Amino acid sequence: MFSKRYIFTFPPHMITQSVIYKLGKDFDLETNIRRADIREDMGWVILELIGTEEEIIKGIDWVTSTGVRVDSINGDLVQG
Amino acid sequence: MVFINGLKCRECGRDYPAEALNVCEFCFGPLEVAYDYSTIREAISRDQISNGPLSIWRYKHLLPASGENPVDITTGMTPLMKAGNLGKELGLNNLYIKNDSVNPTFSFKDRVVSVACTKAIEFGYEVLSCASTGNLAASVAAHAARAGIKSVVFIPADLEKGKVINASIYGPTIMAIDGNYDDVNRLCSEIADNYPWAFVNVNMRPYYAEGSKTLGYEVAEQLDWQLPDHVVVPAASGAMFTKIWKGFNELACLGLLDGIEGMSFGDDQNSAHHPSVTTKMHMAQAFGCSPIVSAWVNNQQRVIPVKPSTIAKSLAIGNPADGIYALKVIKESNGSATATPESSIAEGIALLARTEGIFTETAGGVSIAVLKALAESGAIKPDERTVVYITGNGLKTQEVVESYVNTVPITATMDSFESAYSQLQS
Repeated sequence: MFSKRYIFTFPPHMITQSVIYKLGKDFDLETNIRRADIREDMGWVILELIGTEEEIIKGIDWVTSTGVRVDSINGDLVQG
Repeated sequence: MVFINGLKCRECGRDYPAEALNVCEFCFGPLEVAYDYSTIREAISRDQISNGPLSIWRYKHLLPASGENPVDITTGMTPLMKAGNLGKELGLNNLYIKNDSVNPTFSFKDRVVSVACTKAIEFGYEVLSCASTGNLAASVAAHAARAGIKSVVFIPADLEKGKVINASIYGPTIMAIDGNYDDVNRLCSEIADNYPWAFVNVNMRPYYAEGSKTLGYEVAEQLDWQLPDHVVVPAASGAMFTKIWKGFNELACLGLLDGIEGMSFGDDQNSAHHPSVTTKMHMAQAFGCSPIVSAWVNNQQRVIPVKPSTIAKSLAIGNPADGIYALKVIKESNGSATATPESSIAEGIALLARTEGIFTETAGGVSIAVLKALAESGAIKPDERTVVYITGNGLKTQEVVESYVNTVPITATMDSFESAYSQLQS
């Protein structure tokens, strides 16, 4: 089993969608939310995904396709 | 001796030992160094600093690695010069340039990497690593060479040859990744998780970032232990911006600044703000990658990541790890955040070169362009003491100022020269 940590950033039109529920259900992933802030204009969730590497990759691809931005909790690593 | 108690989560305040960690296991917040300020207060003095080496390690009490045997390629104590000509052009009578382009690998990155590499050696690591598009790669490779350890550097496959050479000469292993910006970030994150290396801006990050505080200490020392009214700082991750502010406040709380009584750091030492520190912190970003400025301008509580599209490659961080903390510093200091148009960056580089004889890279062009905008808007008054940070050397990004090449072709005769020269004078 793999564990990966991400920040999901929700644009306004995705805030009311049950993205994390579907991610857990459709991709057989355990979702473990550590911090979050949901507002009218945007929302973010810091969470851990636990599952097979293949399911995590598929799940993240799907989340990205919905318009939710997915980033590493470390921020961008490539620096000038 | 190292004057630290360990690491502390910036979000939930949980304590951790001083190990190669960067994320809180409880809330996934970033970890910061927790100092033993009561011991530092007893040990540090202006005299002790002044008698120290001419490098960042003169401030060893306030750095999180041992200053007894640092990995130092003589980084720091870079010039703070009065910029009379540029000041005249901008209507600023009290303008200074902190010229960090003269560090050993020609950028401010030597400050942070010197600290990270020293700490990595303390921890027993044998490989120093990073992912970079230029400045950081060269600095990591140079410090690893000095320390006698290996370095592995990850770069995008399409990086300009000049920048690859700048890093290659120090003998690192360079991996050129074929992929877009997100691919490179993803792979490097994976490698950092799986290899027992000192990744300077991942598992070494709490220590690495502290090196930027020396940009604050030096300016204060060079101004005879006073602080400027304004500073203009370029921002990518936002870490340097927050650390300069932290440096000013540490000096104030420790009673090292002229006419300022020391005070306690309080419960949250990473947020300590001495009320006498009134320097306004002005952030400079390029329009093509300005997520922190956008959050500031739109009064957002969170920095929304962007895909970078700027000629200022050294500032091209779309998901800035310290963005939210930089927003707090802007607010606390009554500062500002400005995104300068991409077209003004080369103009800023040229303006600095033409007026002060300093050739900076694109990040410096961003700083100068924003300084100009702040002066024109009246945000900086003519007699206020202002420091603009120039963080890298122009030879690294010559391609963006190619349009300034203006040669006069002549043949190898005096007639040809005199004819051409007289035409130029008329």
